[in-house]
Amino acid sequence: MIKVNCSVNGQKQTLRAHSMARLLDVLREEAGLTGTKEGCGEGECGACSVFLNGELVMSCLVPASQAEGAEIRTIEGIASGEALHAVQQAFLTNGGAQCGICTPGMIMAAVALLKKTPNPTEADVRVGLAGNLCRCTGYMKIFDSVLRAVQGANP
Amino acid sequence: MRAHLPSYEMKTPASLHEALTLLANEPGKWRPFAGGTDIMVQFEAGKLAHRKFLNILNIAELKGITKDKEHLTLGALTTYSQLQANAVMRAEFPLLCQAGSETGAIAIQNRGTLGGNIVNASPAADSPPALVVYDAELELVSAQGVRWVAYPAFHKAYKKMDLRPDELLQRIRLKRNTAGAHQYYRKVGTRRAQAISKVCFAGVARQSKGLLSDIRIALGSVGPTVVRIPNTEAALNGKKLSSQLIAQARNNLAAEITPLDDIRSSAAFRVRVAQNLLEEFLCGIGSQN
Repeated sequence: MIKVNCSVNGQKQTLRAHSMARLLDVLREEAGLTGTKEGCGEGECGACSVFLNGELVMSCLVPASQAEGAEIRTIEGIASGEALHAVQQAFLTNGGAQCGICTPGMIMAAVALLKKTPNPTEADVRVGLAGNLCRCTGYMKIFDSVLRAVQGANP
Repeated sequence: MRAHLPSYEMKTPASLHEALTLLANEPGKWRPFAGGTDIMVQFEAGKLAHRKFLNILNIAELKGITKDKEHLTLGALTTYSQLQANAVMRAEFPLLCQAGSETGAIAIQNRGTLGGNIVNASPAADSPPALVVYDAELELVSAQGVRWVAYPAFHKAYKKMDLRPDELLQRIRLKRNTAGAHQYYRKVGTRRAQAISKVCFAGVARQSKGLLSDIRIALGSVGPTVVRIPNTEAALNGKKLSSQLIAQARNNLAAEITPLDDIRSSAAFRVRVAQNLLEEFLCGIGSQN
């Protein structure tokens, strides 16, 4: 076991983990942050997406050793206190979530997209979310939610 | 079945020197681990035979993109996202940027590295065909020093490389000789995003006074390693594009590649698609002038 010193959602933490444990499991089981979901466990579905040093990554593919010294942000760190992020509010308002398993990853990928591309086209949204699979919505309401989050932020 | 965690170990060396010393002292024991986008998939599936990994992701000497008049040099740890974000890469080596943009999704491109794609040595990898047509050279570093090897020859056979157990891939160097060349890259998979290729094609060519020259073509997923097709190229160089020439090139290509039937596609489909991509590449040269 190793100690992983990192920052999770702005708080310094020392997490105990096996050196090859998946960051996904460390976040869920050691840090108690179960908002990050496991879908496929092989980097195909995006449900476990988090920010690692500001970049979108799939936490099922990151060994604990590589989180040493990192700044990690999970879905729990996206809202500002009680105030939802514009993307979260838009998913809520526009039916962007159904069963909810893909939703945290979808929101992380959407937030990452809007950081780089503040006014995305639908094509940009489709590329930005191409690594996130949803088996409920048929995607259209998800794409709609992301586009409306932008309109909400820039009325 | 999932991996049994306690039987695995990952070590993070503090410097390149420490990493190379460890690789030299215990050859073959420690397998270098960069972005992990392929190794972690095997790990979670319980199919990862190797047990000890060296986390090289923090080693500064393996990072960064530098340029001089003749070359653009990429650290082995350059991610797919970083190479797409580089202005010289986009202007002069668009095929490698395109390969990067079609490798997995963005969350994968943020982690996966060019060096990892090379030494993972999958014949279906997306960047090798582009590296081949750009005449890439690889810098290998060990406790004994560095050596450079030409890229296509680096792959000796399926998953066999000109890489000793005590060596790390340090940098990838590209010749800045693409100005004015026609360039083409296309990956054909089951879907546009997140797919592994059935056939992957990269080509560079020039045309002056109606004659083709400097043709370099490389294909992935049609053999045990990425391949160039010298016979097909030779039969095109110095010729004028015509429908007969394209038909002949299609035949030459079919005789020069040896794809397999596997879980992703059939040999016959791969040959046909490779021929179609060759034709699209050649027709593009014609329409450019």
